[in-house]
Amino acid sequence: MEFGLSQDQLLLDDSVRKFLSAEVPLDAIRSLAAGEGSDASVWRGLADMGLAGVLIPEAHGGAEMGMLDAVVIAEALGYAACPGPFLSTAVMASYLLKEAGATDPLARMAAGEYRVGIAFSDVIGARKGQVTESDSKLSGQSLFAFDAEADAYLVALADGQVLMIEASEVKRASLTTIDKTRSVCELTFDASPACLVTDDMALVKQAILRGRAVQAADTLGAAQYMLDQAVAYSLERKQFNRVVGSFQAVKHMCAEMASQLEPCRAFVWYAGHAFDEASDDAAVTACHAKAHLAEVGQFVAKTSTEVHGGMGFTDLLGLHYWFKRIGFNRQLLGSPEAVRQEAAVLQGLCD
Amino acid sequence: MDLAYGADYDAFREEVKAFIRDHKHRQPQPGDGLRSQALKDWQSVLIEHGYHSRTVPRDYGGYGAEPDIIKSRIISEEFGAERVHRGFNGQGVTMLTPVLLEMGTEEQKQAFVSPTINAEIIWCQGYSEPGAGSDLASLTTKAELDGDEWVINGQKIWTSTAHHADWMFCLVRTEPDAPKHLGISFLLFRMDTPGIEIRPLVDMTGDANFNEVFFTDVRVPKNQIIGERGQGWQVANAVLGHERGSLATPDAATNRLNGVKRLMREESISGQPIIDNPVFRDRLMRLEGRVLAMQYNDMRLLSAKINKNQDVRLAKIIVKLIGTELRHEIECLGIDVMGEIGLSYGDNPHVKGLGSWQYQYMFYLGLIIGGGTSQIQKNIISERGLGMPKEPKMSAAEKAVKGA
Repeated sequence: MEFGLSQDQLLLDDSVRKFLSAEVPLDAIRSLAAGEGSDASVWRGLADMGLAGVLIPEAHGGAEMGMLDAVVIAEALGYAACPGPFLSTAVMASYLLKEAGATDPLARMAAGEYRVGIAFSDVIGARKGQVTESDSKLSGQSLFAFDAEADAYLVALADGQVLMIEASEVKRASLTTIDKTRSVCELTFDASPACLVTDDMALVKQAILRGRAVQAADTLGAAQYMLDQAVAYSLERKQFNRVVGSFQAVKHMCAEMASQLEPCRAFVWYAGHAFDEASDDAAVTACHAKAHLAEVGQFVAKTSTEVHGGMGFTDLLGLHYWFKRIGFNRQLLGSPEAVRQEAAVLQGLCD
Repeated sequence: MDLAYGADYDAFREEVKAFIRDHKHRQPQPGDGLRSQALKDWQSVLIEHGYHSRTVPRDYGGYGAEPDIIKSRIISEEFGAERVHRGFNGQGVTMLTPVLLEMGTEEQKQAFVSPTINAEIIWCQGYSEPGAGSDLASLTTKAELDGDEWVINGQKIWTSTAHHADWMFCLVRTEPDAPKHLGISFLLFRMDTPGIEIRPLVDMTGDANFNEVFFTDVRVPKNQIIGERGQGWQVANAVLGHERGSLATPDAATNRLNGVKRLMREESISGQPIIDNPVFRDRLMRLEGRVLAMQYNDMRLLSAKINKNQDVRLAKIIVKLIGTELRHEIECLGIDVMGEIGLSYGDNPHVKGLGSWQYQYMFYLGLIIGGGTSQIQKNIISERGLGMPKEPKMSAAEKAVKGA
């Protein structure tokens, strides 16, 4: 019995973290947030390490690892607030294309040369009319497609059809969100030519569930960063001739963050592992992990900011990039209430 | 990640299942008390087959198996699944026996271990005092040597089972001039020794789960000490570490949560099944997510204990804090979903499902406080888990100013 990461997974984690601490310093995040530069070189670097192809079979140039590996990577990405399309291209799109047998784009995706985004808002929660298909042509609008730099999109329709469309065939408008480390956009289709990938709603749902497990891991990493920063800051900052981290009020805030966050590590590992083992509880676990991390992440984001006092509220420390990343993960692919409702449906507690 | 226990262990699980099948009918029934023959007989059967006192050496009346965490876990799982009586597990069994085996003299082990695990001696624990709760090491019940006897004076509180117990294991101050942690000794004595008075302490549940125990010139033979004079704090700490995690097991939380879930599916209010109420359902799901986090945390702890390849210090010291708060909230949902019936208590015929929601709600508030309050837990977590500094000690000058 072994509940934990393998030597390979520990090495993977270590090498990703080393790469990110060198390649994604706070200045890089600031530039990206200011609209300067792009995440292309970081994504290429991650692809060179095999991460873009984490779920893609070796036969198609991928690393053919599993969901447990994916959540380990996602935790490291969240810790660094790393930009890029890991969630969409490397996890959700790769999974869906592979399972649907649409393997053509996989090699270029694994190489980091082709980014496939996801436009799933009609399944997650349609707001602005639905995207319709006629004769392999799409019409309508999809909100919050992820990411805004993709070369192509998988568009999921309300009936479970998924079509792939080149970015050049759609009108794309970036949408401003709180989180500048990931980009989303609005896609407008006007009889735009697309290609059917699958009409199996189950595949769409499975892709979303895997995305949720990965978001939970991303939030875990981002929240761990905020906790580490809070503890470190509290041991530097002095008031009343003492480091503020020696006051019980501050210590208890940090202890509360750690107590809620630490069990999430095992939870996220299991959420990844359950997919690899095709366990019956994989779907419910992914929903619960996403919702639980959304709540714990929100608590840690708020509390860590408070531990930093006024400095936490400023732009100077850049802590807010992690606060916002956690907020982004909370909403994308379903708010906690919506995801918990799904966990109840999956257990047959309601319709 | 490999969550299977392996083929050898699967065979062991079959053994346990077979034991349960063949012997279950002999287990004590509700109403069989601490002193009943039924309990003593069951205890012998369990020990004989290695399902109680499994690792206690045969020389001292145990089963004498090598420690095997997975086998212990399998026994827990199977007994839990079949709701089979685990035998008597009072404080003497869970807390004193490991201490005796580790630190007792040969004579003490011979005298106490076998009768303790066979439920022939029932023990109570004398640690907390009115003035020494969270700061246990400041305890003041004193024992002075007079010839061949200790003479004990003082008071203990929160002494569960004192009114049933034959003996007490007790922390007393024997070295009044030593620093507070180095002046404590660990004594054993009979509860019918003259000078001991027990007063039940009725708590908010209406039960007397605890007692106060008063000592007036209680005379105890000199050799009834575990370890050396002044070593009592080390002895007590080894035992307390064991107590904390066991106050809040995720398996028990899962059982209670499933109880609430059943209640919500089976009961209706104003014709609507409770589970159809989206507010209650969301509360249930939110708690379920929290319980799952603790379950996987527990599996990680188990794995770390077996394989010794993960640093789980933080994962371990948060269990009491999170686990007790979580139980309190699960019980709260069991009350809330029932509306006015949620008021029911004790023998009220309208109590539903697993019942006892109100009782457990209060009892777990007691556990949030007992065994190291949540606030003490947070100190421990921040200091030992996160490396934050201890509260600075007041200087002599500050003490003088504040009149401490």
